[in-house]
Amino acid sequence: MTGFLGLFRRLEGPQTLGRGPAFWALFALVLAGALAYPLFSDGYTVGNTVYFFVWVFIALSLSLIWGYGGSLSFGQTAFFGIAGYGYGILTINFGASYGFTWIALLLAIGMAALVAALLGYFMFFGRIGGVFLGIVTLAVTLMLERFMAQTAGPEWRIGAARLNGFNGMSAMPPLTIPWFGGPIVLFADVGLYYVVLAMLVLVYLALRILMNSSFGNVIVAIRENPERAEMLGYDIRKYQLITFVIGAALAGLSGVLYTVWGQYITPSSMGMTAASLPLIWVAVGGRSDLTATIIGTLVVLSGFQALTIYGSQYALVFMGVLLVLTVLIAPNGLVLGLITWVTKRVARRKQETA
Amino acid sequence: MALLQLRDLNKHFGGLHVTNSVNLVLEQGEIHCLIGPNGAGKSTLFRLILGEHHPGSGQIWFADEDITALKSFARIRRGLSVKFQVPGVFKGLSVRQNLEIALQSRLHGAALDKEIEGLLAFLNLEAEQAQLAGNLSHGQKQWLEIGMAISLKPRLLLLDEPTAGMSPEETHMTGEMVRRLNAAGMTVLAIEHDMAFVRQVAQRVTVLHLGQVFAQGSIDEIVADERVAAIYLGQAHA
Repeated sequence: MTGFLGLFRRLEGPQTLGRGPAFWALFALVLAGALAYPLFSDGYTVGNTVYFFVWVFIALSLSLIWGYGGSLSFGQTAFFGIAGYGYGILTINFGASYGFTWIALLLAIGMAALVAALLGYFMFFGRIGGVFLGIVTLAVTLMLERFMAQTAGPEWRIGAARLNGFNGMSAMPPLTIPWFGGPIVLFADVGLYYVVLAMLVLVYLALRILMNSSFGNVIVAIRENPERAEMLGYDIRKYQLITFVIGAALAGLSGVLYTVWGQYITPSSMGMTAASLPLIWVAVGGRSDLTATIIGTLVVLSGFQALTIYGSQYALVFMGVLLVLTVLIAPNGLVLGLITWVTKRVARRKQETA
Repeated sequence: MALLQLRDLNKHFGGLHVTNSVNLVLEQGEIHCLIGPNGAGKSTLFRLILGEHHPGSGQIWFADEDITALKSFARIRRGLSVKFQVPGVFKGLSVRQNLEIALQSRLHGAALDKEIEGLLAFLNLEAEQAQLAGNLSHGQKQWLEIGMAISLKPRLLLLDEPTAGMSPEETHMTGEMVRRLNAAGMTVLAIEHDMAFVRQVAQRVTVLHLGQVFAQGSIDEIVADERVAAIYLGQAHA
């Protein structure tokens, strides 16, 4: 019981912004708003909102590996793709009955995690770090894209699932909940919205607990000074590997949700652009904090989407400019910088009035 | 009883013989200072002991165990601990969190908090506990890192220039810290240039020169040794 209560205490700590009743009241308010939102909107719009949520998991994975752990990874997109394709191959072959889509979701995430464990083992135990980690992971991502791109021919199939090259793989079943009156199929609509929202809240809280635990302490210690961390008796390679695998699983969750959302995945979801965009959301938001990462991702992503919809071909250029501005103005992230600035002002106010 | 034994240790960097057949025995419970001119191979010797470098030949024995092939973290877990030459604190984290990270593998909950309070008092860092370690003065960073190093309750504490950049008062305080740790049973091996500090703490001194053990003895014997004066003190005061 005390262990369980201990977990709750870890929801707050030095590694995450936000503490005390005020923060959690705001959290509850935002959550209530998110829960009520479908009541005031139509199914189509709600379904599109799910699209934004889908990307938050890969952003959180980058926050974990890069923001907290200090290792820049371009590999998240590869894990995204592996899990996305994995889900497609599994469900096209085995269908959606008996709740299999959920097992496929877990298996697909497991595949991404397994690949990450193998790749990570060679990288971390081979002491590849810093910029080389970025290069190796980017190479893996682009290699996967190239490979999938040339699978258009009919000979590239796994069971009933055609890989389909650049045409992309489609027609995999959405997540399906087996139910007494007939299965509930979660199309990109209100149902999927609530499921993904629940996952988002769970993952966010779980990551808060993880980062404020002694494990999280070691992770940020490795970011700050790996040599010192090792000389405190920590096998840092093991910690880096575990973080990398957790990150890959989160990116994989994004990949599966993306695939079930549109029932479609293509090799370009593992391309250079796809690999760079999450880096920009996370950098602009504030990579070293989970909350700032989520806010930043949702804001930048919806801004990007609006730009694309209203006819600007320069959305990508704008993203580049945004990244440059962030690096110049607030290297730790615009959202994070803003939050820190506001909290400092509030604290000063309090001191002055007290 | 010998706590640490370096047996015929050799290390080459290309053609440079930085550690040349070093034999050194560290007795349990002593404060031993390692001195020598720049480039004598003192820091390399530390890196060999810690497993950051691996010797070309020779053995390192710690507490009757051959640790030559062990990884760094495994050596630390056996009772070694180090304060680096350039302070290796976690700059972006608070002083308190720095200590917590050092202590958490040994203590939890209330016991952990209590130990942190004790260490903050020992290190004169109570007022700075909420500050980022990167904002501390150079001397305070040195103390914080010493605090992190002793958090592990090591049997052997390695100090690489613990008083570099410190004022004479701070140097003296550091010396007192080291003596208190030693009185509590910790064996200490320190690289140091500051002769006042060496005088204050050292029970034995080893002089390293061109990667070799050049002389060994009490501080008075070393100071009286004209050969040492010629290579080290002589150079330093020339």
